[in-house]
Amino acid sequence: MKDHYDIAIIGTGPAGMAAATVASAHGADVLIVDEQPEVGGQIYRGITHQSIKDKTILGDDYYKGQSLADAFAASNADHVSGATIWQVSPEREIGISKDGAAHLLTADQVIIATGAQERPFPIPGWTLPGVMTAGSAQILLKSSGITFSNAVFAGTGPLLYLIAYQYLKAGVPIRAILDTTPKSNRLKALPHLPGALFHLSSIMKGRKWIKALKSSGTLFIEGIDNLKITGKDSTEAIEYLLQNKWHRIEASNVFLHQGVVPNVNLAMASGCIHHWNEQKLCWHASTDEWGSSNVPGISIAGDGGGIGGAIAAEYQGRIAAYQALYTTNKVKKQERDTNVLPAQHALTHEMRIRPFLDAMFRPATQYRIPTDDATIVCRCEEVTAGKIRESISLGCAGPNQLKGFTRCGMGPCQGRFCSLSVSELIAKAQNVSVNELEQLRLRPPVKPLMLAELANLTTLASEDT
Amino acid sequence: MSTSKQTADAIIVGGGLHGCATALYLAMRGVNCAVLEKDYVGRHASGVNAGGVRRLGRALPEVPLADTALSIWRNIEDLIDDDCGFKSLGQVKVAENNAELSALKNRAKTVQDIGFLHEEIIDQKQLRELLPAVASHCIGGLYVNGDGHANPYRTVTAFKRKAISMGVRIFEKTPVTEIVRHGKNWQVKSPSKKIEAPIIVNCAGAWGGSIAAQLGDYAPVEAQALMLMITARMPHFVKPVVGSQGRTLSFKQFDNGTVMMGGAYQGSAEPEQNNTHLSFNGLAKNARAATAIFPIMRQATIVRSWAGIEGVMPDNIPVIGAGSADGVYHAFGFSAHGFALGPLVGKIITDLIDGGDIELPIDAFRIRRFSQNKDI
Repeated sequence: MKDHYDIAIIGTGPAGMAAATVASAHGADVLIVDEQPEVGGQIYRGITHQSIKDKTILGDDYYKGQSLADAFAASNADHVSGATIWQVSPEREIGISKDGAAHLLTADQVIIATGAQERPFPIPGWTLPGVMTAGSAQILLKSSGITFSNAVFAGTGPLLYLIAYQYLKAGVPIRAILDTTPKSNRLKALPHLPGALFHLSSIMKGRKWIKALKSSGTLFIEGIDNLKITGKDSTEAIEYLLQNKWHRIEASNVFLHQGVVPNVNLAMASGCIHHWNEQKLCWHASTDEWGSSNVPGISIAGDGGGIGGAIAAEYQGRIAAYQALYTTNKVKKQERDTNVLPAQHALTHEMRIRPFLDAMFRPATQYRIPTDDATIVCRCEEVTAGKIRESISLGCAGPNQLKGFTRCGMGPCQGRFCSLSVSELIAKAQNVSVNELEQLRLRPPVKPLMLAELANLTTLASEDT
Repeated sequence: MSTSKQTADAIIVGGGLHGCATALYLAMRGVNCAVLEKDYVGRHASGVNAGGVRRLGRALPEVPLADTALSIWRNIEDLIDDDCGFKSLGQVKVAENNAELSALKNRAKTVQDIGFLHEEIIDQKQLRELLPAVASHCIGGLYVNGDGHANPYRTVTAFKRKAISMGVRIFEKTPVTEIVRHGKNWQVKSPSKKIEAPIIVNCAGAWGGSIAAQLGDYAPVEAQALMLMITARMPHFVKPVVGSQGRTLSFKQFDNGTVMMGGAYQGSAEPEQNNTHLSFNGLAKNARAATAIFPIMRQATIVRSWAGIEGVMPDNIPVIGAGSADGVYHAFGFSAHGFALGPLVGKIITDLIDGGDIELPIDAFRIRRFSQNKDI
């Protein structure tokens, strides 16, 4: 690691790998850094040496990551893996911990490509041992081939069906699939169908997964109106409301999923402006056509700025890289424009399916804003929905004051798992839109940092007093 | 937006701890008050400071005030129906060598000479009993029994709630844009309202200098971003609040196990944007100070750091007292140690407005000390 780079890229998913490959090919001094030990991000996790021999289990879309990873491996970008990125300041000072030592370095341009995370699913019992997100179950499958027999899959969204399908292909028995997609979503998604038809193969793929799951004899229940997970010290059962009647399925593992949302913490802490997207029910980075944010020199590419999927992320990574190269005088305007044009067209095409998917798999209110007062919203500080509503009635006006009232959002995750629920909960209680609330102010370090590492931090000469 | 016109007996500019406390004491004497706060109550230094309630190491003019303030803190629940998380577990300043210890001895004597006995020297054995986790090279310290800390945001919110229950009107998101004389009244304008009163109290913290200027007074307050950081939960290892003679350090562990560290390490403040930037080099120095005094801190994990925007005066003591024009009072610029004094200062300003006797000496805090020395 050097003290300074032309371009620093955070994240080695499709956006980050594509950006690094382009940027270093044009002579930029590039750093790319990620928490994970291997490249691929979540979507292509384990792509460089996948241990699952049967390629039909993870499917063709997964192996699309291979050529991207190969091109990246051939590039001369400085790759730092297994590192914690604990801050990117508005002055593009980047804080990185690696092997027990903290470093501060700077870059002329920073591309934040932190990808997606799963939307929180705050229902009663969601914090019990034995409950995990479907995405976490997939991580264990992709990275170590670990599976759990007789788990219940509950929720909505393509990823839920995909992972269940991957389980099916791997021959792992599934106890049940509880589909929480509201029936009314189909009607609301209908106007967006024409755009989605450009991606007919994707839609057919999804239908294939669901059809295979249903015809396999797996219990597949649709139209679920509510869910709760019960158990004393760990998960014992999942209960579901169907046509006004509660039912119970005994299970010790429950996989929840209701879509993915941008992982915004690092960009927000850097001062990048975000806005609430009501269609997607999450924060979106406010960026221009190049992915550039309001903070000079910081851009956002891939799902971290707004969900578009792996292919879109790759195009966004390329576009952001060309703009960074142009800004640092590594390519001329015309070269930039010629090179990004195909990517821009492909990106527009790629995004056409999104409005349909957003409407079709929009999670219902009761799964986003807990109705039961005892449901935990902030996992780190164990703050319940009831406690938050009580604070609002005492005059707590927004997520930042809520920290003072309840410590909600003040744990090590800094709101990563609660800020969406908290924002919606407060907005609903005050009958305003989320955009009218103050956003949660994120405090560095964005990821926990050992005090001993901080104490040994090499002082930047420019700031030494 | 239409501007509504209102009147009051007294207008308080700034909804921090000093503003809310002043409003509460005034309301208890039947004075009709309005508080104008540009953001929300406790948004800046009042809500995010380290929460120290200390007499230890105060500037000499502040010693009598800090001593009286503590008696309010001991009964804070009687005043505002909330104990504010006040814990009286002592404060200690650690000496790492003989030079530091003798400086502390001199300090203790100076405080005794003005008639206060709360600061006492402790030896290495007593220090170890008080702080079992302290580094073995520390040889003694200066200790004040009865000092402690409270939860700042909870405190300022409790003052706000109690003030409202006593009839105080608190207007948040109401920045003061202009103050003009209107007959015998001060008329205060904000985008959404106009309000006037014969009395105006400037409790605007880091923004107190510009409010003072509009009231005909001069005070060179500097906005500073004083950084703090907090760890993930740790096993309990320290009860008192700990400082250091040789390093700048403020250190305390809360009931939930988290440890907060500060020591007036500065980031940079942008008061017009309500913005602060942190300096990780400063935080690194803070981390070195903490690990030197408490080796156990090498195992700690920092989860958050932040800075509040605080008003600091050139002589590091606040402005408290009447202004030059009729009906003008000031309480701002507490220079990073105003939290403990807040409740008392509310009472002092109320006594001044009420024309009552002020038993405590506050002349050192007069605002005219700056204009007297100012080169014009």
